[in-house]
Amino acid sequence: MLRYANPTLFLDLARRLIPAFGALGALGIAVGLYLVFFVAPPDYQQGETVKIMYIHVPAAWLGMACYSLMAISAVGTLVWRHPLADVSQKAAAPLGAAFTLLCLVTGSLWGKPMWGTWWVWDARLTSVLVLFLMYCGVMALWNAFEDPARAGRAVAILTLVGFINIPIVKFSVDWWNTLHQPASVFRMGGSTIDASMLWPLLIMAGGFTAVFVALHLAGMRNEILRRRVRTLGLLAAQREPEAPVEALPEAR
Amino acid sequence: MPDPHTGFIVAAYLMAAAVFLGLILRAALEHRSLKGQLARLEQRGARRRSAAKPTTGA
Repeated sequence: MLRYANPTLFLDLARRLIPAFGALGALGIAVGLYLVFFVAPPDYQQGETVKIMYIHVPAAWLGMACYSLMAISAVGTLVWRHPLADVSQKAAAPLGAAFTLLCLVTGSLWGKPMWGTWWVWDARLTSVLVLFLMYCGVMALWNAFEDPARAGRAVAILTLVGFINIPIVKFSVDWWNTLHQPASVFRMGGSTIDASMLWPLLIMAGGFTAVFVALHLAGMRNEILRRRVRTLGLLAAQREPEAPVEALPEAR
Repeated sequence: MPDPHTGFIVAAYLMAAAVFLGLILRAALEHRSLKGQLARLEQRGARRRSAAKPTTGA
């Protein structure tokens, strides 16, 4: 772990891992889609609408897992000052926001035919909306600071404060009466979903996760390059103050 | 008989495809742009101190 604190070594590792995880994710999603559309049966109550579950649930898991990853990175920034910890946080935030948005939209598209409404202010839906807003706040805070190191510390504190929402999202269906159904995969006593639907779901989730890892590594690689551009732009501006520093505005 | 909710299912899968495509394109275009900016700066003679010694990394 400490060995890859060196950004150059990390870039070398990322160059090899991004295509591997990308290919694994594409394969997982392709197999998952085949199982969803040609093997998995329709639900006895929901009919074919249950097919929305195979993207809604992995998106929800990734939305929460991504915030947990950001919280671990935040500890890395504040406690160990690991050079890649805030890079990891910054790269994860837009991915988490995208997957949480996908969870909200697909949930709405599933809710309308099954519940008769696009949205209700129940504890699960509201806490997931708060999670999405937390991601937006984190991204806004990153852009409010000129210096990435200062931004990293401020974002780390905000991320850790916001982490309180993750157990609320997870247990909201147990703590309150919600229209949203309770947990049916990761629960005490085992999954309540039939294997014919569980396996396609887990394979889709695996594919989504592999693509997420590839995108996170790609985002970290881009953030390291962005910081190099910023540093070189500042050096160039110091050396030749009259020359235009074209790279700087884009290098935040 | 086709499922009466096909439109909802198709919309959900299209949304997922758009999110994946958007994230992949964003990462790829950003990478290309940053590599270009870095190359232009290096052409102008800007070098990091740690890049003084040639390395095998990216």
